[in-house]
Amino acid sequence: MNLGKGILKGLVETARNFVGSYYDPARLVTIQYPDERRALPEKARSFPMLVYDGEDPEKGLRCVACKICEKECPPQCIYIVLDRDEKGRPLRRPKIFDLDISVCMSCQICVEVCPFDAIKMNTEFELSTADRFGSLLLHKMDLARPASYYLGLHPVEAGEVNARLAAGPGHAETKAKPAAGPAPAAGTTSGAKPGDSDRP
Amino acid sequence: MNRRIPEDVLIEALSTGDLVPESPSHAAVLPRPEGAPRTASEAKPHPIALGDSEGTLLEVAVGPHHPSTHGVFRMDVVLDGERVVRLKPVFGYLHRNHEKLGEGGAYLAAMPYTDRLDYFCSLTNNWAYALAVERLAGIEVPERAEHIRVITAELTRVLNHACLIGFLLQELGSMGTPIMYAFREREKILELIEALTGSRMMCNYMRFGGCRCDLPSGWIEACRDVVEALPRFLDEFENLLSTNEILMARTQGIGVLSAEQAVQAGMTGPMLRASGVNYDLRKVDRYGVYDRFEFGVPLGAHGDVYDRYMIRMLEMRESVRILQQALRAVPAGPIINPKARLRGFKPPAGEVYGRIEAPKGELGFYLISDGSANPYRYRIRPPSFINLTILEDMCRGATLQDTVAILGAVDIVMGEVDR
Repeated sequence: MNLGKGILKGLVETARNFVGSYYDPARLVTIQYPDERRALPEKARSFPMLVYDGEDPEKGLRCVACKICEKECPPQCIYIVLDRDEKGRPLRRPKIFDLDISVCMSCQICVEVCPFDAIKMNTEFELSTADRFGSLLLHKMDLARPASYYLGLHPVEAGEVNARLAAGPGHAETKAKPAAGPAPAAGTTSGAKPGDSDRP
Repeated sequence: MNRRIPEDVLIEALSTGDLVPESPSHAAVLPRPEGAPRTASEAKPHPIALGDSEGTLLEVAVGPHHPSTHGVFRMDVVLDGERVVRLKPVFGYLHRNHEKLGEGGAYLAAMPYTDRLDYFCSLTNNWAYALAVERLAGIEVPERAEHIRVITAELTRVLNHACLIGFLLQELGSMGTPIMYAFREREKILELIEALTGSRMMCNYMRFGGCRCDLPSGWIEACRDVVEALPRFLDEFENLLSTNEILMARTQGIGVLSAEQAVQAGMTGPMLRASGVNYDLRKVDRYGVYDRFEFGVPLGAHGDVYDRYMIRMLEMRESVRILQQALRAVPAGPIINPKARLRGFKPPAGEVYGRIEAPKGELGFYLISDGSANPYRYRIRPPSFINLTILEDMCRGATLQDTVAILGAVDIVMGEVDR
């Protein structure tokens, strides 16, 4: 065995990498994270959020509490209670919308199945906390984000969604059609929330 | 070393439920010291205990928290001095009830769980599951989606093999350098995967009948840049490692596995091909659009750890070839079959076994459908689990530090072994 030749060849390679790391960006890819941040890609995702239109998160939520996401969520981390008025009629909005992000696995199946474009993926990832229980269970108001925030996170996707919503309820219907389950039946009574994706 | 068992004996033993008897020639090669436990059931249940013949044998538990065991994996080794007399792989520390969860939920709900099988290669796991369900339901996949699947699978293969070589070298004592070079390349590929799927590791990208979302603008060009830079990285990596005398001395002639043994143990993937068996599902099954691309299947001649290292090096080069062809050939069109349904998906009753060549070997999903919305039976054939079963035969007679190298070359990920 020609002892030493292969090792020297390898050391030349490490030397080349060491020197190269001073000027070649392909060899030095480290990002000094808290000080430097790279821009997240358009499709980045962390945990779901609820999108609302207008100024008031309570009134403008697109969510109609159809519970499709609750049903389809693989780890079952969503809990929804439909809001009702004093006469007990459904109000097409959630009274409770809880999402346990200690259980959520960011699969975004809830986003895919939502016929109302109400639940979308957030990209916030610095969510560590010393509280093991309370602060990982997000409630409706923790999850609510304005539509402008959504547009800022995912410009291409949100642009398509906005175009679809602007095209009117007829088009929203075509999107909602494959999801024809128990959901629309629950929401067909009073239209408490005027707007975008409502059925006529 | 040849542990060939006649087929009739094997079938008889299996049908009666008895364990396969050890051939006498095998014991002759490696004489057991007095007092060595004869079978696994005779071995002491305690992880650490002195052998009963005046302390000549030592039973040691390597792992489950040991840096050389690739995660929570335990090897109960019986040592005579430095030589391994017996070795018992113990796993299950990372069991997550995946298969039963798959039976409890809808077909789609199991897709994000498959990411977590072999968490280095979530895209190939997705593909294997999607392929099985597509066969079950008879869903066609559009051309564009098939090409995207090939591209993502080959990127995953490069990523997996580069990291595996890094880990192997780390375990051989080369602290840091090779694995950091590998991770530098992995980072570039992960960025591509993140731009495509939104997540670096838990991609959840494939859907029954296609892919979840289309390629973002500029992705093909970015991917081409990364792929064009890969041969340079591979040359560097080979210069660094392939002729290194220490690596050769530590790996050549270690953990030798004959082709017969490898076939009998049901091994697949680079482990099998390192023993010289020409079996690659991309060529055998020709699933997806692999039949349109030109690529070779590297084969080993000796079946030792060095061959397993070299096979992976060469497979990365073949993957680069496939990637170059696939990136040129991506057609326009839909990425998902318009007939595929996201919700209320109920395939017809029947059973199916869908398999692909994952970076670690044959990854198969066996599904039985009773026509309802969730599978009646959901079973996975994980490559690294099956490849691990023959660990004892490779390690018997080797020293403990060689055992680490042999285990490192098997390429296990405990998420997949334990499920």
